[in-house]
Amino acid sequence: MDVDDDDPNRALTLDGNAVAGRLLELFGADMTANDAECAHCGGTHMMGEMIAFTHAPGMVLRCPSCGEIMLRVVETPRGVYLDVRGSALIHMAPGSRRA
Amino acid sequence: MIHSINWQIATISGIRVETPTVKTYSLTLPDWSPHRAGQHYDVRLRAADGYEAQRSYSIASPPEQHGTVELTVEKVSEGEVSGYLHDVAVTGDRIEVRGPIGGYFVWDSMMEGPLLLIAGGSGIVPLMAMLRHRAAAPQKGPAVLLFSARHPEDLIYHEELDAMAAAGDGLSVVYTLTRTQPEGWTGYTRRIDTAMLAHVAGPLGREPLAFICGPTLMVETASNGLIEIGVGANRIKTERFGPTA
Repeated sequence: MDVDDDDPNRALTLDGNAVAGRLLELFGADMTANDAECAHCGGTHMMGEMIAFTHAPGMVLRCPSCGEIMLRVVETPRGVYLDVRGSALIHMAPGSRRA
Repeated sequence: MIHSINWQIATISGIRVETPTVKTYSLTLPDWSPHRAGQHYDVRLRAADGYEAQRSYSIASPPEQHGTVELTVEKVSEGEVSGYLHDVAVTGDRIEVRGPIGGYFVWDSMMEGPLLLIAGGSGIVPLMAMLRHRAAAPQKGPAVLLFSARHPEDLIYHEELDAMAAAGDGLSVVYTLTRTQPEGWTGYTRRIDTAMLAHVAGPLGREPLAFICGPTLMVETASNGLIEIGVGANRIKTERFGPTA
C-alpha cells in the first residue's frame, strides 16, 4: 500500500486483528481469517490484514492493497450503522461461525 | 471449533512482574476454551455510570496449557485498561473477558515451513505463545526470533528466550537494543532494517512463514523489508499494536 510518511495518523493505524471482537459481535463469526473483496481495486484479503483506524467515534477498515475504505462501523445509542459499500464481497467460512 | 465467545467473568489467579512496565496476568475462566497460538482476549471494564473501556491483549500461554490463560500486558501512558490492571488489580480480582479471538495471526506446529518471528517491544507476546507451543511440539522445524526493544530491561521473557535458544532444537534468538545496551553487548544496536532482516532471515531460505508483531511503523518496515529480500507477501502475517508507548 502507498502510505504517506508524513501522515500523523499512520502510526495509529491498527489492523483487522485489533477489531476482531467488534467484528465478531456484528457478524457472529471470527472474521479475521475470512476474505473480503475490495470494491475499489478488486483485491481480496483476509480481514485480519485490513488496515484499521479506531481512534474515532466509529471504526474504519481500509484495503491493504489500495488503501480505500472497505467497511465503516458506527455504534450509537440508536443502534449500529454498518457501511459496507467499499466491499464487493465478504465471505464467511463455515468454521468461523460461532455458537 | 465452535464455542461460545460470550463475555465471562475471569478471576485473576496470579500476577507476575516481567519488566518495569509489563506484567503477566494468569486468569482462571469458568468457561475456558482451547486457543491457538497468536490469539487474543478482549478485556472490558465497566463503570457504574455505564462508561466502558475495552482492549485486546494477546495470549502468552501456549495452547497446551488448559483451564487457565495468561495475558501479558504492557502499561501504556494514560491507558485506561492497562493502567487499571497494573495499578489497581490484585490476585483474586474478577475481570470481564471474552475470547479466544482471531484466526489470522495464528500459528500451529503443523504449519509448513521454517518459522520467522519478528517482535517489537510487547509485540513479543503472541510470538511467545507460538514459541512455547513450538517448544512443546514433538517435531520442530528451524525457527528464528528477531526481537527489537529499546533498553535491556524491556526484553520481556529474556531468560526464558535465552533458555529456549540454548535448548539446541533449531531455534535461534537475535536481539537488537535500539537505545541503550548493557556493557559487553554483542547484539544489534539499531532499528530493524532490510540488511538486518537479510542477515537474520537468510538461513531460513526464501519461503519462511513470517509473523511480525509490534508498533505499526516497525511492523510496516519489517514487512516491506522481508518483501525486498524476496519473501512472498502471502508468507507474511502482521499484527499492529499502534503507536510506540
